[in-house]
Order: sequence, then C-alpha cells, then structure tokens
Amino acid sequence: MANKPITGEQRVFMTGNEVIAYAAVMAEADIMYGYPITPQNEIMHYWTRLAPKYGKKFLQTEDELSAGFTTIGGVLAGRKAFTATAGPGNTLMQEPMSMAEMMRIPTLLIVQQRGGPSTATVIYSQQEVTMTTYGGNGEGFRIVYSTSSHQDLYDYVIKGFNTAWKYRFPTFILGDGYQAKMREACVMYDPAERGIELVKPTPYMGAPGTPGVDRKPSHMRNTYNTEEELYEVVMNLAKAYEAIIPEVVEFEELNAFEADTVIIAHGVVSRAAKGAVKELLAEGEKKVGYFRPITLRPLAVNELREIAQRAKKLIIAESSYGQLLKQIKEAIYGTDVEIHTILKPGVGITQEEIVAKYHEVK
Amino acid sequence: MNYPQIPKSWNIESKPHKFCPGCGHGIALKALGMVIDELGIQDKTVFGVDIGCSLLAWDFFNVDTIQTHHGRTTPVITGIKRANPELITIAYMGDGGGYAIGSQHLVNAAARNEKITVILVNNTNYGMTGGQMAPTTLPGQKTETTPYGRDVDETGYPTLGPEMVAAIAREGAYVARGTVANLRQLKGFIKKAIENQMAGNGFSFVEVLSGCPTNWRTNAKETWDFIENTMTQYFKVGELKVPGKGE
Ligand SMILES: Cc1ncc(C[n+]2csc(CCOP(=O)(O)OP(=O)(O)O)c2C)c(N)n1
Ligand code: SF4
Ligand SMILES: [Mg+2]
Repeated sequence: MANKPITGEQRVFMTGNEVIAYAAVMAEADIMYGYPITPQNEIMHYWTRLAPKYGKKFLQTEDELSAGFTTIGGVLAGRKAFTATAGPGNTLMQEPMSMAEMMRIPTLLIVQQRGGPSTATVIYSQQEVTMTTYGGNGEGFRIVYSTSSHQDLYDYVIKGFNTAWKYRFPTFILGDGYQAKMREACVMYDPAERGIELVKPTPYMGAPGTPGVDRKPSHMRNTYNTEEELYEVVMNLAKAYEAIIPEVVEFEELNAFEADTVIIAHGVVSRAAKGAVKELLAEGEKKVGYFRPITLRPLAVNELREIAQRAKKLIIAESSYGQLLKQIKEAIYGTDVEIHTILKPGVGITQEEIVAKYHEVK
Repeated sequence: MNYPQIPKSWNIESKPHKFCPGCGHGIALKALGMVIDELGIQDKTVFGVDIGCSLLAWDFFNVDTIQTHHGRTTPVITGIKRANPELITIAYMGDGGGYAIGSQHLVNAAARNEKITVILVNNTNYGMTGGQMAPTTLPGQKTETTPYGRDVDETGYPTLGPEMVAAIAREGAYVARGTVANLRQLKGFIKKAIENQMAGNGFSFVEVLSGCPTNWRTNAKETWDFIENTMTQYFKVGELKVPGKGE
C-alpha cells in the first residue's frame, strides 16, 4: 500500500473539492462519513478513490444527522474523522455539532456554502456564516476558518485537523461553491517536509485496559441535572475557549491599520477586496486598506476594534444579507466609524464593484 | 430465575441506579451486565445511551459510555464501530428514540448490516418526557397525548420493530424480542446478539418489553400484568432472525 499521494512539492491545477480530498489524506485523516449534496459531492468522490489506496475508510450515511453523529463516533474511537456538507445539510449538521461543542469532540466539518435559505441554489453564497459560527443550541464554542483559495483549502484542511485535535473544539472549514467547483493552481506538499507536525489523535472510548480495573471508565455525558451544574460546565467551556483565542485567531490585512477607509471581506470575496485595495493604492489613493478575518470564530475582535477606532469608514462586502456585517458590528460596538456595505446574498462580488463603492463613499 | 448477585461490570459507585422503582430499564441492564461478564468483554465494549430514560445509564457500567442525542445513538455507535471494528459496540435506546426520531438510522443501519448491537426498550410510551404516546403505544392505551386512548384511525397501529428490522436485515443479522418478565431468556437473546456482532455476522437487534410504572400509573402487580399479558398480545416474544437458521 502506498504511503502518501504527495511527496515533495507538487504544483497542481484542480478543483477545490479534489484539493480537499488530497489534503485530508495528507493530514492523515482515517475516515470520512458523508451524505451527497452539491457543491461538496466531489470531496467524497475523490476521497473514495484515494482512501482504499492509503488504508482509509468511507461510509455513506442515510442523512447529514447520521454523517455528523458517525463522525463523532469516529473521533470517539480515536480516529481523525471528518465530513463535508452544504446548505440544508449544514442545517442538519448543527445538531451533531452542538454535541461536539458540549463534549469537546474534535470533529472536522468542511462546508461548501451554497445559496439559501432552503434549497435555493447549488452554486455559491456566503450565507452559512451565522449557522457555521453560532448554529445549534449553544454558544459558538467552535473554530471556523474561512478560506479564499485552493491554496487555503489545502493549507487549512491540514491545519484544521491539527487545530481540532490540539484544542478539542469542533472545527470547520468554511468554503463555498466557487472554491469547490472551480479549477485553480495551488501547491500541494507533504506537511512533514514543511516541518508541520501532525497532532496524533487519541481515543475517548476503547483505550487499552479494563475500565474500573486498570483505568477509569470513560463516562461521557451531555445532560445535567441542575442549572448550577450546567452553568459550571458551560463556564468552563467558555474559559477554555477564551484561553485559546489569542493562539487561534487569524487575519490578513493590507494597510488596514493606517487607512481612513478599510474594506472588510472574508472568503472568496476577500480576493476582490484585496484586489480593489491594491488597484486603488496603485492609482495613488493612500488612505485605503483591506482586512480579511480568516477565523470567523473566534473573530479578530481586538484588531477590528483598533481599525474601527482609527479609520473613518468601513466598507463591508459579502455574498449574504449581512451575516459578517452583524458580527463586525458587534465586535466594534461603541466606535463611531461610518459603515458602508455591499451585500449580495448568493451572488459573487467583483473587484470593480468594490472600487466603485470606494469612490462613491469616499 | 434467581440472579441475586450484582454483575461485575456494573459501576457500584453509581448504584442504587436512578430509574424509578419498578422500572424495566434496570432489569434490561442487569441482563446486559451479566452478558458482558459472561463474555468477558468489559475491556472491549463501548456502550452508547440515547436521550430518554436510557440517558440515566451514562455511568451505569464500568464500561466506556457515551451519552448521545435523542435518536442518534445508532449513528454514534455505527461511527465508532466503522472507525475501530475491534470494539464491541452497543446502542441502548427507548422506543421513541429507535422507532420515531431515530427510525431512519435504525432502518439504514439494519439495511447496511452494520456490525453493531441495538438494544431497544419498549415501554409503550415516552417515559422521560412524562408519558406521551410512543410508536409502540397500544390501541386504546391512554397516554398524556392520547388522553382518551390511542385511536388507531388517527395515529396508526403500534410499530412492530423487530418484525420491521427482520424484514430489512439480510443474512447474518440477529433479531429478537425479549421481555423483562423473563430475564433468563432475555439474557440469552442479548448474548446471542453480541456474539453475532463479535462473529462479524451482521446487525443485531433486541427489543425488550419493559414497564414504566410511573407513567402507566400502575402498581407492581398491574405493571407485570401489563407487560406479561397485555403487551404480548401485540408484541410476540421470541427470535425473529438467527444467522444460519433463516427466518
Ligand atoms: C431532538 C429532541 N427532541 C425531543 C427531545 C425530548 N425527549 C427527551 S426523551 C424523549 C422521549 C423518550 O422516550 P423513549 O425514547 O421511548 O425513551 P424512554 O424514556 O421511554 O425510555 C423526548 C421526546 C430531545 N431530547 N431531543
Ligand atoms: S419514567 Fe418510566 S421508563 Fe423512565 S425511569 Fe421511570 S419508570 Fe422507568
Ligand atoms: Mg419509551
């Protein structure tokens, strides 16, 4: 049996879904559980082609509830388990992910956002931000990476498994249908050759020894008897989550801490935003900057506040009716920066539109 | 039929258990505990409990145990077994969990012949939430949501779970219905079910006829009478599918 599909560095031109399947193999994922939904299907298609060659497994489940809960089972057994979904499937995933959140089960879920609400389109959107960051009956103790390119998909799938298993919070890769289906160049590599150490999984259930004799039994529950008992559990989760925020938060920026007008976008839209800022700077505009939150949970609140306190205007661009906007408003609460928006639910946003918006509000 | 001793695999620290007095769950778990002891599988067993009164068993055994969500124990246990087939995996749930909210999981796990064991406690109602109608509620039976008795024209007939599973599952599956009124037989069914998993034959499923005196509002005598004489008119006790023996 071959050991790894990638050795050294390989420049490829492929779809994002294919990149993800390779990244999962290179991250030493053991098993994928999944249910078909566009635009994530090809992750399963490529995984099922690759998996048997590298001693890895796949189970097609009866729905996304099952895909999420079997993924939890795989993790409990001490395996790197993952699943992928989109749209209405993501809705169903919120139930298992709330269990993962409560019990600190390091699942990895890849979301390829499609249009919403409901079945909507199978193509593209950024409308699953609220659900992926704060879905389920919980407090959003999760880690969500919003990717913007195929390179990101490769890098963050590898990183996502490490983050999940290191911090033991459910982790999400938030992509979209454009990233899923388009072909783009990226470099695939063996993480070991780049000095990236892969975190080894350990079992929650079925560790060696007889429970009650050689070791304590692993008794895991998510139900509590009193308000006080639950309060303590949730506050401990909150404390653990708060503690890791400084290590986990990621963002990218260009001139954002010096600019009067800062354009904020995440995911694939951030490419248009960055392009717009570069274009404007090249045209001689000096007071424009770009900020892209990479982690949407936890959000780079300190940096956003700093920017909002300094800048005069923010332009927030996203392919939803204001899901990122809502989180940014909350983050910068109390500052009096002017906020302008480009909100296009389920539709892509171009560099030209952002440049035009800048001139309009300048 | 006298088993005075406490199974070795029980977690003494969590006893006396938290079920109501006279509840059938404790008897079903006694049978399971004895089987775990007899097969010597305490070190390899992973136990999953549903939400329903089965959730009270989250620390019942000295066995690794995961408390899941209502209806979702089957997929959690399936996920564990698929990821590590060395483990012996048991999903424990109520009739609401298995036949209503989690029925798609039960049906599909049986159809895929998952090498897991499902033990489902049929107490003809939703015990944990205060006695509403379950898929297994008998015609005419009064519950909190059928205060005038279950009207089969409106709500259908009781689900025959083992019959359904036996119809779906293929060769290699083991399917039986036992009762807390016959511990020796129930223990035998559970043992065969787990042995079937250990042999890698296929899915194994045991429904357990059980009592819920709290919601039935029955005394000890009435409880046993209902389990032994009324429930068995609809739910036939016995083996429905045994590998090698056909149906
Ligand atoms: C998704 C969801 N819906 C509803 C509930 C509420 N609920 C908790 S237990 C239960 C019914 C339990 O009945 P059953 O499965 O028959 O188990 P029993 O208590 O009778 O043993 C329900 C509806 C829940 N916890 N989760
Ligand atoms: S409510 Fe019924 S099923 Fe639940 S513990 Fe009490 S008697 Fe048992
Ligand atoms: Mg019940």
